Amino acid sequence: MSDTHEHSVAFVRTQAVPAAPPPFQATGPVKWVRENLFANIPNAILTLLSFYAIYVVLSATLPWMLNGIWNTQSLAECREILQGATGACFSVLVERWNQLLFGFTYPAEIYWRPTLAFVLLFLAAAPVLFFDLPRKLLVFTALYPFIAYYLIWGGTVWTPVFALLGVVGGFLVYVRFVRNSFAAGFFGGIAAAFVIWWIAGFIVPMLAWENPVLAAVPSRDMGGFMLNMMLGVVCVSLSLPIGIALALGRQSSMPLIKIICVVFIEFVRGVPLITLLFVASVVLAYFFPPDATIDLILRVIIMITMFSSAYIAEVIRGGLAALPKGQYEAADSLGLDYPQAMRLIILPQALKISIPGIVNVAVGLFKDTTLVSVISMFDLVGMIRGPILASTEWNGVYWELFMFAALLFFIVCYGISQYSQWLERRLATDHR
Amino acid sequence: MAETAQMKVSDEVAISIQKMNKWYGTFHVLRDIDLTVYRGERIVICGPSGSGKSTLIRCINALEEHQKGSIEVDGTLLSSDLKNIDKIRSEVGMCFQHFNLFPHLTILENCTLAPIWVRKTPKKEAEETAMHFLTKVKIPDQADKYPGQLSGGQQQRVAIARSLCMRPRIMLFDEPTSALDPEMIKEVLDTMIELAEEGMTMLCVTHEMGFARQVANRVIFMDEGQIVEQNEPEAFFSNPQSPRTQLFLSQILGH
Ligand SMILES: Nc1ncnc2c1ncn2[C@@H]1O[C@H](COP(=O)(O)OP(=O)(O)O)[C@@H](O)[C@H]1O
Ligand SMILES: [Mg+2]
Repeated sequence: MSDTHEHSVAFVRTQAVPAAPPPFQATGPVKWVRENLFANIPNAILTLLSFYAIYVVLSATLPWMLNGIWNTQSLAECREILQGATGACFSVLVERWNQLLFGFTYPAEIYWRPTLAFVLLFLAAAPVLFFDLPRKLLVFTALYPFIAYYLIWGGTVWTPVFALLGVVGGFLVYVRFVRNSFAAGFFGGIAAAFVIWWIAGFIVPMLAWENPVLAAVPSRDMGGFMLNMMLGVVCVSLSLPIGIALALGRQSSMPLIKIICVVFIEFVRGVPLITLLFVASVVLAYFFPPDATIDLILRVIIMITMFSSAYIAEVIRGGLAALPKGQYEAADSLGLDYPQAMRLIILPQALKISIPGIVNVAVGLFKDTTLVSVISMFDLVGMIRGPILASTEWNGVYWELFMFAALLFFIVCYGISQYSQWLERRLATDHR
Repeated sequence: MAETAQMKVSDEVAISIQKMNKWYGTFHVLRDIDLTVYRGERIVICGPSGSGKSTLIRCINALEEHQKGSIEVDGTLLSSDLKNIDKIRSEVGMCFQHFNLFPHLTILENCTLAPIWVRKTPKKEAEETAMHFLTKVKIPDQADKYPGQLSGGQQQRVAIARSLCMRPRIMLFDEPTSALDPEMIKEVLDTMIELAEEGMTMLCVTHEMGFARQVANRVIFMDEGQIVEQNEPEAFFSNPQSPRTQLFLSQILGH
């Protein structure tokens, strides 16, 4: 460099600086431990305290679990074998396995039916959850609710067939009228479905014959974790579309629809679920025709769905509000009509933003299905609190049973949460 | 390129606005707007911020509703009838200041969406059209990327291509370059100039006076919701009549 360059502000680069690799970073377990666990004295103290806490928890639970007994017929036998040593009595899970899963009155010889429905559930859910799968699989997804109903409840095949007809009829009416106005198509479709179901209410009893292929199982015989799964799956899958409709209705330019949606959402959110469930078990029957005995499970499904759809509606409203106005305007300026703009532009983005909130509601809802034990339905918790703990053999096995219930719920909820994180990563296209 | 500005303009009316008024609540945004746009015209609208330029062009494709007077686009009267609105919107392309691309769709999907769903074009054909216009705005190699991966100038060019895929007869631009970094403005303006040379009817809100001189055959100056002055670009810039126009021009050209 010449002198002038050193003393004046003027500067001209004569040599380019070549790109170099980043400086070498030392790695290795010892270094990691020192940097992350024992970086300084307070840090080291916290590390030691944490290790101690982990030790206390494990030293209390591990012997209990490892010492567990799996093959006795009652709690008394467990105690005899353990002779006062700590140890769990897991035999109750083995002995009451079927009751925990299916309830205590579901006929044992047809356990295969709900089991098959459960396996098929994965097949039906796959194309919805993983949209890289071929779209043709959605046909099975659409048929699944009716197949599952038929498998679990049995009885005359005409009930699910007419239920399906109602949905198809409603959809056809929707397609026919949606060209005129979205609201006309939407409400026309719903009305058509209800008319078909109402007519079916008269026809189905006439078509039913004495000995159906699959024996009918009354709703009061459903129980165990099966009941939780049924309520959870049905209510989540119903409350998502209803929640979307409510969120869109709340934004509607038609004042009547807007008011109905706002009142519904605010009312349902302001009431505890447990009250709604009591309403379902006692009061709701008054709203139906006097001679129609509406199934208790159906009433509970209606209530839980109402409850969670109000929450989902609010979550989605947040997602809708987060979208810039320009997205609506761009969709409008290209000539897309309202259903197209919603389906192709607005909802995909709003739902993506809402995924964490929706999952939150879904997980909460699934766990809340245990509340039905309060209105004397025998779901997993109801089974444990009722028939199992009340029996002379197993009176007193609280930890094992409730830990098992917690584990089952944890597996499902953790699965949902993992899926949603995968989904968020998969849908991340904004490159912020 | 003075000849661009004097290119022959037809007698066929593309947009006819008569005594149009609009209010936001009690605020009178647009007052007695009269404007006739002939096919093939390139009109630049300028004016101070808040003068109602955006509102005016947004009324033309019914993004905003006007309360008095009439707007006729391509012979179709704009009324509250949804059929007419959809028809007009599919004939009129619009580019926004902030591009408003759909971030969850690829560039190609952004361009094919409206042709497929509104025009019912087969997917294959729509993709060919999209690639044609993406080539025209010089970004065919970005077709499979998402908008978030592109620079501002590229996004605005995609937005133009997206509008062109609907084969509009009129294009509206609302300050297409004012959200862009200086070095990207030129690439967008070049695309618009090319479009003008092909005879597209264009209404463009912009403060790019160089663009106005080169492309426009008419410059409109708006203030307080009214059209204050309009003229051919040469005369408009060299000899503005109204004091408000003079003030405005001295402010934007004066430094
Ligand atoms: N949605 C709206 N509601 C109320 N006032 C509005 C709305 N949009 C614009 N305005 C007002 O109308 C006037 C004109 O706005 P606009 O057309 O965006 O002006 P320009 O594009 O010329 O800057 C401004 O004073 C603005 O504050
Ligand atoms: Mg503006």
